Amino acid sequence: MTTRPAPDSRGPGRAYWRSGADGVLRLPRCTACGRLFWYPRTHCPHCGSDAIDWVATGGRGRIYTFTVVRQSPEPFFAARVPYVVAMVELAEGPRVMANVVDCDVESVRIGMPVSVLFEDLGEDIYVPLFRPAVGGAG
Amino acid sequence: MTRTEVAIVGAAEAEVNWTTQLSAVDVMAVATHRALADAGLRVTDVDGVFAISPYFWMPSLTLAEYLGVQPRVSDSTNMGGASVVAHVGHAMRAIQAGACEVAVIAYASTQRSDTGRLVTGSDTLPYERPYGPLFPISSYALVAQRHMYEHGTTRGQLAQVAVTARKWASLNPSALKPEPITVNDVLASPLVSDPLRRLDCCLVSNGGGAVVVTTADRARRLPKTPVHVLGTGESHSHRHIAAMRDFTTTAAVACGAAAWEMAGRGPCDMDVVQIYDAFTINTIIGLEDLGFCPKGDGGRLIEAGTGPGSKLPVNTSGGGLAYCHPGMFGIFLLVETVRQLRGECGARQVPAARHGVAHAFGGVFSGHATVVLGSDA
Ligand SMILES: [Zn+2]
Repeated sequence: MTTRPAPDSRGPGRAYWRSGADGVLRLPRCTACGRLFWYPRTHCPHCGSDAIDWVATGGRGRIYTFTVVRQSPEPFFAARVPYVVAMVELAEGPRVMANVVDCDVESVRIGMPVSVLFEDLGEDIYVPLFRPAVGGAG
Repeated sequence: MTRTEVAIVGAAEAEVNWTTQLSAVDVMAVATHRALADAGLRVTDVDGVFAISPYFWMPSLTLAEYLGVQPRVSDSTNMGGASVVAHVGHAMRAIQAGACEVAVIAYASTQRSDTGRLVTGSDTLPYERPYGPLFPISSYALVAQRHMYEHGTTRGQLAQVAVTARKWASLNPSALKPEPITVNDVLASPLVSDPLRRLDCCLVSNGGGAVVVTTADRARRLPKTPVHVLGTGESHSHRHIAAMRDFTTTAAVACGAAAWEMAGRGPCDMDVVQIYDAFTINTIIGLEDLGFCPKGDGGRLIEAGTGPGSKLPVNTSGGGLAYCHPGMFGIFLLVETVRQLRGECGARQVPAARHGVAHAFGGVFSGHATVVLGSDA
């Protein structure tokens, strides 16, 4: 397989995966308690409300933790080792999983400022990725 | 007199090896019959069946059918590697309620012999799937990296966990990796998912095990020293690593606290400690979250010594890193604790061990179960 494995984009995740169509990363927000959360769900994991809307983020954050993957049984990833899997803490608060790309894997550090970019997988799926930010976490 | 009035009276393992001709249910049954024989009981005494195995959709049904048992209580609760330790608490409550009197708890996997034929952990989170984290090691690596950043835990301290496991394994005739290794050996082994290296990982073996749980009253009439269930706890905080809230503190804090409170005992009362070591970081975080040291000091506690002859003997069988690891290690934490508290452990016996704790992690630091046991209650 030479294409990135596509996520199951049914249900509440659909808005997340298509958010990047205009280059903007959006997150679900509970209008009852006001909190943003990740990953998308039918109900707020903080208060249980189903009153969810979607808000644009600035697409910037810092690496909360990461790992450099050195091997993989999946051809798409095996062809790309070593690659970085990180939890990125967005400036708006929630943490999201993504790859950190466009950099030497050995240069990645916790706390490093990153900004979002998207990989268009077709079928209205835009996978958020991150790369080192120019000009700080914003 | 113990407050729970429930005891473990039998314990056994089976087919701890690299190759086997038996199936997973064969191994569960062999372990169960051995544990019953160890208890001085027969399969016809069993009226509670608790089981977990990645091979079966309904493990307690599969095992009970094979054994020829129609139980009054059945439980296949799946919390990953924490399952069978959680089952001790479930069995305790069933026995206390009079729902059953003799419960068996069993686990087995023949995954080493079946490599390539069994897919586990396949219910991946769609929000992780496109990014290729290596299952399950990348999840533990994300935790280890953050722990090193927040608490100054070193690569050498992680390596020391694996070195100590081999020291214990060298005293266990059943251990599959008894050969000694050094910190440098661990640090020279290939990186798999930074910061974790090959020798930070548990073994992949075959094996199974079982324990028998009954009333303290019945236990007193059986031949071997009863190992009383003093306290139990269970919890989970997430299923997938991407949903973990705090990457350095686990639900073992709440789970352990519940077990300590029920037992009326704490870390300083324990003579032996078993913590599910799927990866080296697990032992460090387990010691912290169970209260053996303040958060962040787990690596230093490991350096101070948890091996043979130390004041804090941890994973005395050699653990998942050096004894065996057939997919889930929980049952072996229980078997080892029972044997230590009975004084049956030969060269690795901790002198006069009377109290022990077993803590199992399941999933990716997700599921948790703690059992506090004692043989002088
Ligand atoms: Zn809410």
